[in-house]
Amino acid sequence: MQIFHRATNTIAKATIFGSIFLLAFILWACIQFQRSPYVTYAHVARPQPVPFSHEHHVGAIGLDCRYCHTSVEKSSFAGIPPTQTCMNCHSQIWLGAPMLEPVRASYRSGKSLVWNRVNDLPDFVYFNHSIHINKGIGCNTCHGPVDRMPLMYNEASLQMEWCLDCHRDPAKYIRPRSQVFNMRYEPPSGSKPMELDGKLYTDQLVLGKDLVKQYNLRTVADITSCSTCHR
Amino acid sequence: MRNLRKFAFLGVLALVPLAGCRQDMHDQPRFKPLAESDFYPDMRSARQPVEGTVARGQLHEDTYFYTGLVNGKPGDYMPFPVTKDVLERGRQRFDIYCTPCHSRMGDGNGVVVQRGFQRPPSYHTDRLRNAPLGYFFDVMTAGFGAMPSYAEQVPARDRWAIVAYIRALQLSQNATSADVPPGQKVPSPAPEFRGDPGSGATLPQLQPVQNESGGEAK
Ligand code: HEC
Ligand code: HEC
Ligand code: HEC
Ligand code: HEC
Ligand code: HEC
Ligand code: HEC
Repeated sequence: MQIFHRATNTIAKATIFGSIFLLAFILWACIQFQRSPYVTYAHVARPQPVPFSHEHHVGAIGLDCRYCHTSVEKSSFAGIPPTQTCMNCHSQIWLGAPMLEPVRASYRSGKSLVWNRVNDLPDFVYFNHSIHINKGIGCNTCHGPVDRMPLMYNEASLQMEWCLDCHRDPAKYIRPRSQVFNMRYEPPSGSKPMELDGKLYTDQLVLGKDLVKQYNLRTVADITSCSTCHR
Repeated sequence: MRNLRKFAFLGVLALVPLAGCRQDMHDQPRFKPLAESDFYPDMRSARQPVEGTVARGQLHEDTYFYTGLVNGKPGDYMPFPVTKDVLERGRQRFDIYCTPCHSRMGDGNGVVVQRGFQRPPSYHTDRLRNAPLGYFFDVMTAGFGAMPSYAEQVPARDRWAIVAYIRALQLSQNATSADVPPGQKVPSPAPEFRGDPGSGATLPQLQPVQNESGGEAK
């Protein structure tokens, strides 16, 4: 006795296959969600006590990163400037601006301004700025076009795959040390060649290979071993 | 019924790994630099040294090196020999910390001055040209009038490198044609830059010079 029509066979088959695809899709969606700005907060500006603009201070005024982030070359921590650094200029500039009142209040009372962290790795990861700076990794390789950010956001996901993408082949990103703080650095190309130590480069990978040698980078196995970052 | 219980048991078992979804390892009970602390009244985790104590390496015994003063008057010698590296370092540090107001030339027309900060005097006046080296160091260390102290941002050795560079800048702005080495063309050809002439206080990157035959000059 046949209860179901023949056509239901196809429906049954379709549901079986369909559920496999559905599961695969859900898995894929989960993975994408895990990498999306909802989880990593990439490209999401955080509220700050003062709407400090890197676009104005770096792009328009031309301040160097080290004017404020003084320890970035020497220590693991880049440093956030104390109120005194802002008052170097704002003791005379934009004196009456209500926007700057928290800075002046902090200067008067001696209480620190409380900035919200933007780039924040989990505490089980070790990160060090000085080695990256001294081996020729530019700020904007990791932090994006800071000189065009009215409010700070993080460019990268800061996930492990992002760190490893570079650690597996630093030659893709490395640049001459003198250009680390240049937010508008362009890698050499056919139309914009670059001269370094008397050699003319037209390709990032060629330049990268030479710099990796010149700056004595350790082997890839060394810097991708778990204990480099999880110590 | 049997089956249902089995499934329920498996379901509960599947929930166990969820217990691992905690943030303890992400937020460990230690401070990252400059993190906020709710233990101290001023909310700072970074502490000042206890009054009357000196941290290792911070006993500033060599007073000329740390003040630029000899018996309260600015001295006129460098505490270490000036090499090309020291001058290069001085130029770099000058470009970072001083150019916003004093400009790369040292004439006092920096960007911040154009936005309304008090204009500092040019370095190329007779008074500052004849000022002793220690004077510049003292201005950076202690501040001077409207100019804030830079002792916090620039370590002592770098401040001395800046002093050496300022003196070189003063000499260069006062140079005569007799100082030009023979064979050097003046004015030299205008440089060409790759792309944007840099941003921040970084030096722009030069376009490699192509000579007439189309090849590369070296
Ligand atoms: C005038 C001082 C000043 C200068 C110059 C400056 N910064 Fe900042 N920077 C700050 C302050 C203040 C903050 C904290 C507020 C914020 O996050 O916007 C900050 C935050 C940051 C952060 C995010 C920190 C976090 O919480 O994760 C990055 C990244 C950064 N700066 C990069 C740079 C780079 C790259 C340059 C050079 C191109 C630069 N800054 C130049 C003052 C400065
Ligand atoms: C080297 C001098 C200098 C320093 C140091 C400096 N500023 Fe400014 N700032 C300026 C100038 C100049 C302007 C005016 C910008 C303009 O006219 O485009 C400005 C403008 C501002 C504004 C007004 C809004 C805007 O973005 O135009 C804010 C807010 C501000 N600064 C906050 C800060 C904070 C916070 C710090 C300390 C981390 C700081 N500044 C350090 C020179 C400085
Ligand atoms: C290799 C990638 C990389 C490079 C290059 C890099 N940063 Fe960072 N930066 C990070 C990461 C990752 C963090 C978050 C660190 C943490 O959470 O402990 C960070 C954090 C910061 C912070 C917040 C304070 C801190 O140290 O945690 C500032 C400010 C900063 N960077 C500025 C800079 C400046 C200025 C440069 C260029 C001189 C630079 N960074 C170059 C990856 C980088
Ligand atoms: C754009 C390239 C790049 C990115 C992105 C990058 N690194 Fe690195 N990292 C390097 C280079 C280059 C070195 C130097 C290796 C050497 O010395 O041979 C290095 C070295 C290190 C070291 C070794 C420091 C030491 O003292 O042993 C640590 C730790 C490290 N990176 C952590 C990280 C972490 C964590 C991230 C991600 C948040 C990251 N890096 C992202 C390029 C990068
Ligand atoms: C270049 C630096 C680097 C290296 C090398 C590295 N990791 Fe990571 N790892 C990270 C960063 C950064 C994170 C944080 C990712 C995040 O916040 O999403 C992380 C996160 C993790 C996590 C996830 C923890 C959690 O709760 O999300 C595990 C597990 C892990 N790493 C294991 C390893 C193992 C195993 C190795 C060696 C094969 C390794 N890592 C090598 C940088 C590194
Ligand atoms: C925020 C702007 C600003 C910055 C940055 C700055 N200065 Fe000044 N400087 C001034 C002003 C304004 C004066 C004039 C002060 C006065 O006459 O009250 C001055 C004066 C001076 C003088 C001359 C003192 C005299 O006898 O007339 C020297 C030397 C000097 N600065 C050196 C430096 C050096 C070196 C740096 C870098 C470490 C620096 N300045 C950075 C604003 C600045």
